[in-house]
Amino acid sequence: MTILRDDERAALVRLPASLTALFPGAPRVVALPADNVAALIDALDARWPGMRDRLCDSTPAVRRHVNVFVNGARAKLDGAVPPGADVYILTAISGG
Amino acid sequence: MARKVKLLVGSKKGVFILESDERRRSWRLAGPFCESWPIRHAVGDPRDGAIYAAGGNEWFGPALWKSTDGGARWTHSSQGLAYAAGETPIKAAWSVAPGHGRVYVGVEPAGLFVSDDGGASFSPVQGLRDHPSRPDWQPGGGGLILHSIVLDPDDARRMWVAISAAGVFYSGDGGATWTPRNKGTRADFLAEGQRYPEFGQCVHCLVKAPGRGDRLYQQNHCGMYRSDDGGETWTTIEAGLPSSFGFPAAAHPRDRDALFLFPLNGAEQGRFAPDAKPMVWKTSDGGAHWRGRSAGLPQGDAYFGVLRQAMATDSLTPAGVYFGAASGAVYASADEGESWTPIAENLPAISSVESLVVEA
Repeated sequence: MTILRDDERAALVRLPASLTALFPGAPRVVALPADNVAALIDALDARWPGMRDRLCDSTPAVRRHVNVFVNGARAKLDGAVPPGADVYILTAISGG
Repeated sequence: MARKVKLLVGSKKGVFILESDERRRSWRLAGPFCESWPIRHAVGDPRDGAIYAAGGNEWFGPALWKSTDGGARWTHSSQGLAYAAGETPIKAAWSVAPGHGRVYVGVEPAGLFVSDDGGASFSPVQGLRDHPSRPDWQPGGGGLILHSIVLDPDDARRMWVAISAAGVFYSGDGGATWTPRNKGTRADFLAEGQRYPEFGQCVHCLVKAPGRGDRLYQQNHCGMYRSDDGGETWTTIEAGLPSSFGFPAAAHPRDRDALFLFPLNGAEQGRFAPDAKPMVWKTSDGGAHWRGRSAGLPQGDAYFGVLRQAMATDSLTPAGVYFGAASGAVYASADEGESWTPIAENLPAISSVESLVVEA
């Protein structure tokens, strides 16, 4: 599947179906510019208010049973998101 | 005006709604709702028909769900439903109580939040969070949970909460300050000589008798109790029951002396009905005498339990009584607990049952 990005610096973010089901209209793939994972989740929350609470706890940290992969490596909130990164947000098998 | 009864069933895999007319002979099942999230407690507000469901998802954390159209569409929120950075995050919402234009939510680890916008956003009831006993609260088997919220229907300032295993707390000033109300309730799991502490009891379920007055009932890990003074003092009412252990309690909608319990065989004996023969026990005199009723319930090899929020009455006449089992069965009585009928048998493990009577 080819996803077109208006901004080549934007990260391509894949969201799990169990998350998008909670936010009517949210797509499974979205292009977002962000410097790190926290900023990326802020950008998601700006588009779909409440999405940060689903992905992050109040520690603050990415929730225990949610995994964020940036270019194939698991990342925490302060993890860098390079220009054009491939980002996958996945529900962990441990939470199911 | 014809009415219908909705049974709101919270389960490990979402909310289910059973619906019947006033005769309560046949029921239709709808669900699962709330994206099949684990739901600890679902309750309806008879004033506007709104349905609230408190839960928590292992992936996505705690939330309060809400439907204003009878369950067809749901929204969810946890805005503000959080402790301060660095503290143990909230795992799940366990209880919800709408009243006096507000919506109260109890959570794990134990705490109370309130919403003034119908469940869209929340703020902590800081007086309970700051209670000096809180550092000493210990979790029960289900975690450190605030599972019962009892609002005084006549006075918005008065409320009681129950926490496992911290006990009952009362506020008479809208939640600003709280006092433990556990005098007379046992904590058999503490050392000899320390079994009547000011707080630390493992209360399992707290309900208020109908009408004006301060009568409360509680099912405790260690006994069944009645209070006639808003929890200032408690009197044991377990004599005549098959055990002192159980989880749910359901008050009659009009008779302050009537209460329904589901005693289990004991905390350390498997936690199912004595002899694997489920029976609902009813008192009509405030707990002085008890009668067990089993007509229609399986009377052998039935090892299910009933959790703390999984028994309820409705407001019709005669009162309906309902319970949901951890096995996924829902049983209903349309004659005040005298006889029982299974109205759902294969749901997920049931956490809660509440009734909502609305115009048909």
